[in-house]
Amino acid sequence: MTALLVAFLVSTIAASTPLLLAATGELIVEKVGVLNLGVEGMMLAGAIAGFATANQTGITSLGVLAAVAAGIALSMLFAVVSLTLQANQTATGLALTIFGRGFSALVGAGYVGIPAPTLPKIHLPVLSDIPVLGPVIFGHDILVYLALAILAVVAWCIRSTHLGLILRAVGDSHDAAHALGYAVIPIRYAAVAFGGALAGLAGAYMSLAYTPLWAQDMTAGRGWVAVALVTFSAWRPFWLLIGAWFFGALMYLSLYVQALGVAVPSALLSAVPYIGTVVVLVLISRDARRIRLHRPAMLGRPFQARV
Amino acid sequence: MLKIEARGYESRFWRYASPVLALLLTGATSGLIFMAMGRPAGLTVYTFLIAPLLRQDGFEALVVKAAPLIMMGVGLSLAYRANVWNIGTDGQFTLGAICGGGIALAFPDAPAYVLFPAMVIAGTLGGMASGGLVAWLRIRFNANEILTSLMFAYITQYLLVYLVTGPWRDPQGFGFPQTALFSDTALAPRLIEDTNVHIGILLAPLIAIGLWFMLEKSLLGFQFRVLGQATRAAKFAGFRENRLVWIAMLISGGLAGLAGLLEVTGTLGQLTTTLSPGYGFTAIIVAFLGRLNPLGVIPAGLLLALTYLGGDAAQIDLGLPNAVTGIFQGILLFYLLGCDILLLNRFRWVPSHAKAVR
Repeated sequence: MTALLVAFLVSTIAASTPLLLAATGELIVEKVGVLNLGVEGMMLAGAIAGFATANQTGITSLGVLAAVAAGIALSMLFAVVSLTLQANQTATGLALTIFGRGFSALVGAGYVGIPAPTLPKIHLPVLSDIPVLGPVIFGHDILVYLALAILAVVAWCIRSTHLGLILRAVGDSHDAAHALGYAVIPIRYAAVAFGGALAGLAGAYMSLAYTPLWAQDMTAGRGWVAVALVTFSAWRPFWLLIGAWFFGALMYLSLYVQALGVAVPSALLSAVPYIGTVVVLVLISRDARRIRLHRPAMLGRPFQARV
Repeated sequence: MLKIEARGYESRFWRYASPVLALLLTGATSGLIFMAMGRPAGLTVYTFLIAPLLRQDGFEALVVKAAPLIMMGVGLSLAYRANVWNIGTDGQFTLGAICGGGIALAFPDAPAYVLFPAMVIAGTLGGMASGGLVAWLRIRFNANEILTSLMFAYITQYLLVYLVTGPWRDPQGFGFPQTALFSDTALAPRLIEDTNVHIGILLAPLIAIGLWFMLEKSLLGFQFRVLGQATRAAKFAGFRENRLVWIAMLISGGLAGLAGLLEVTGTLGQLTTTLSPGYGFTAIIVAFLGRLNPLGVIPAGLLLALTYLGGDAAQIDLGLPNAVTGIFQGILLFYLLGCDILLLNRFRWVPSHAKAVR
């Protein structure tokens, strides 16, 4: 029983990490009033960039860096078209997802079914050997802790720093922020790049730690779940963490029940996390007033400075 | 420095020139990518865009691929005009194929004049049900249709896998994940004997023309356009937004379902685990390339159908993975959206010292 519980907790934390990373990035992007629906594409680009680099060089950390770079590079395509050229953000985000899927499939064609060095699990003497708590808290790879640390910093930054205030001002009233002298477009560029970096990192986690393999479309909609998580959390970091754990648990359970050989067909069980996303989204969105209160007011609106 | 400056009016020239410019830029960028991959750019572009048409069955293959894209693109152009972001047409396509295909499998001996129309109705209703559910969730629960429609696409895909590997699997199929072949009476009627040129190829442009009339010449179409361009004005005018959301999702979902049904009865003749080679996302590009105008969607659908054939040709002739199609499509959508800035703005070169003078 204890072994089962440990396995459940450890796997849930692992499954929630890519969601948490990508959603934290998207949270900052949406906080400044930009809706980037290209998370799935950036994750895929990060996954293959990380995998290919780690495979070629044999150095996992280089793979992680390459994934971050790929995520940023793709996010800049989005930024140029949607921020500088003021195109519709929804459509531009879709373009990024389509491009990222194609790009990753093209680069990844030669990497299917081969191994790459994986991210090692941390092993602390004494601490990691504590029963239950050891493996659950002290036995993960570095990205799991990094994801939590980034979320904590982001939460603190949004809540209690001057920078957080500026970010929120840009997202809630870009005209007022502009009038106060803040550079709306460059701030949005920076936020989009941050979102790209974290989506790339989430992709690297998928291909270097979670699976760890490259397969076409391996993120399987996790980028979209991450976007849904931001709405679910009502743009609040703490609830982002709860949501990521919830969906991580759902993903693990749908796999686990399949492995048990329960009479329910595996294809239907695989659909459970997606059904769960719809159900949760419906429950959360039902209260339109709460969403309106928390949503950055300029979300999805293009900004053009009037001189 | 280069400055973006508002024109203050919409340029008629760039309304038509901007997609052409986007296509040229896409061609040039793709050429550069091919060169970076160590392929001669000219030969690759030729293999991609021209060679497929020179094959003996090139034209047939083109219209067969274009028909579903046009049907789905037309529905999306209507929905996007009203700011209803249905991006899960893949799921509506698949559900249409499942509903229609289920009837074909259940009644293989029914006469053709009953069976095929019943399948068409079932397929369309299946797509409408999937789209309608999204509309209902948005209206009743305020749930974002982008996310719900896409999640339904994943869910429907798993439903398809479940059916063709489980209850609907062909008992004589040697364990392959596919259903029995449909009976001949369940196949889409052909326009030309012994080809895949089925009735959908005639239907797709007719639907496009019909919806063009609705969008451009009817009060309902006017309401769609106002809702998309000026939501507040639509509210003041008393247009019922919810009704328009329903119509947009039912039409775009129903057309995707019909496209799915015609695809399985026109080309495949059975259900397998993958029915749509990414038509859902491609149809989005078709809608934008057609300027969200149902008539523009017809040539746009033909062009993107060509990129599918080109992807196959590039794979066979040049050994490129056919994922190249995805990159090409993504770049095209980026350029299409980006070039539209020229509609309302112009670029002007401002010498950097001008700033100091002002």
